[in-house]
Amino acid sequence: MKRRWMLWVPLALFAFIGGLAIYGLVVPHDTTIRSAMVGSKLPQFALPAATDGVDGLATKDMADGKPRLLNIFASWCIPCRAEAPHLAALKAAGTEIDAIAIRDKPEDVAAFLTEFGNPYRRIGADQQLQVQLALGSSGVPETYVIGGDGTILYQHVGDIREEHVSMLLEKLRAAK
Amino acid sequence: MKIVTILISFVLLTTPLQAQQDGPAPPLANEQLSDGRQEAAAAALMAKLRCIQCQGQSIADSDAPMAAAMRAEVRQRIAKGESPDSIRDWMIARYGQWVSFEPAMRGGGLFLWLAPALLLLAAAWFARGLFKRRRS
Repeated sequence: MKRRWMLWVPLALFAFIGGLAIYGLVVPHDTTIRSAMVGSKLPQFALPAATDGVDGLATKDMADGKPRLLNIFASWCIPCRAEAPHLAALKAAGTEIDAIAIRDKPEDVAAFLTEFGNPYRRIGADQQLQVQLALGSSGVPETYVIGGDGTILYQHVGDIREEHVSMLLEKLRAAK
Repeated sequence: MKIVTILISFVLLTTPLQAQQDGPAPPLANEQLSDGRQEAAAAALMAKLRCIQCQGQSIADSDAPMAAAMRAEVRQRIAKGESPDSIRDWMIARYGQWVSFEPAMRGGGLFLWLAPALLLLAAAWFARGLFKRRRS
């Protein structure tokens, strides 16, 4: 029989498929969905104020030549409470932070700011998640590094922890 | 009898748990378009887009606020006359190829589309060899 090697094909296939199965079991499953908008310009939007006393947010407010952070948060979101002190630290380091409040009520946003402090320059209200979709954002909280020309440079998914503060400051410095 | 009344009152006294993210759903998230043909196009597309929040479900099946927002986006764009393909591309430009349940006809996706035909061809070739041997 000339084609003796053919006998090994089924075993090789089995080993390949078995290997795939083991790979799927061993390698942890990452369900984070990153925005494909990183590297693109911010989408055009103009959101009304999320609460009294803080202005709303439009695309043109974020293209004034200065790099900044854009924080996606909500008063009902627990990790957003956890990241509040770290946003305050970023603000204390001279960072301008704009925000979008997702599906929130003005009185809830006001209560959130009273309780956890207000690191934000502007807060736009995204009631219908339209801007969240346009940004390619998949949840709260998320933080974007925005270049001075309004380009999305970096996306941080999840709450900002202590160890992320210097990394974000570095990204902002690099954006200058 | 008393126990039954008490049990029933328990049921009546409960209020449905308030959703964490309450508030009205965006327009057209849960209403059909008045034009039947447009609604059919929107429904077909919604069944092929993945919900970003629940990930395993299509936006047509999911009750998540994110899926409602995506349905609203799809219906509003269809109502404005945008084609389903261009809406799908808009979603892919934001969330990556992953958001579509239909793999693209290029790269690894092309292999997925062609795999059934390739396997059939391979099987035919294999069977042909077997039949030849029998005959001789």
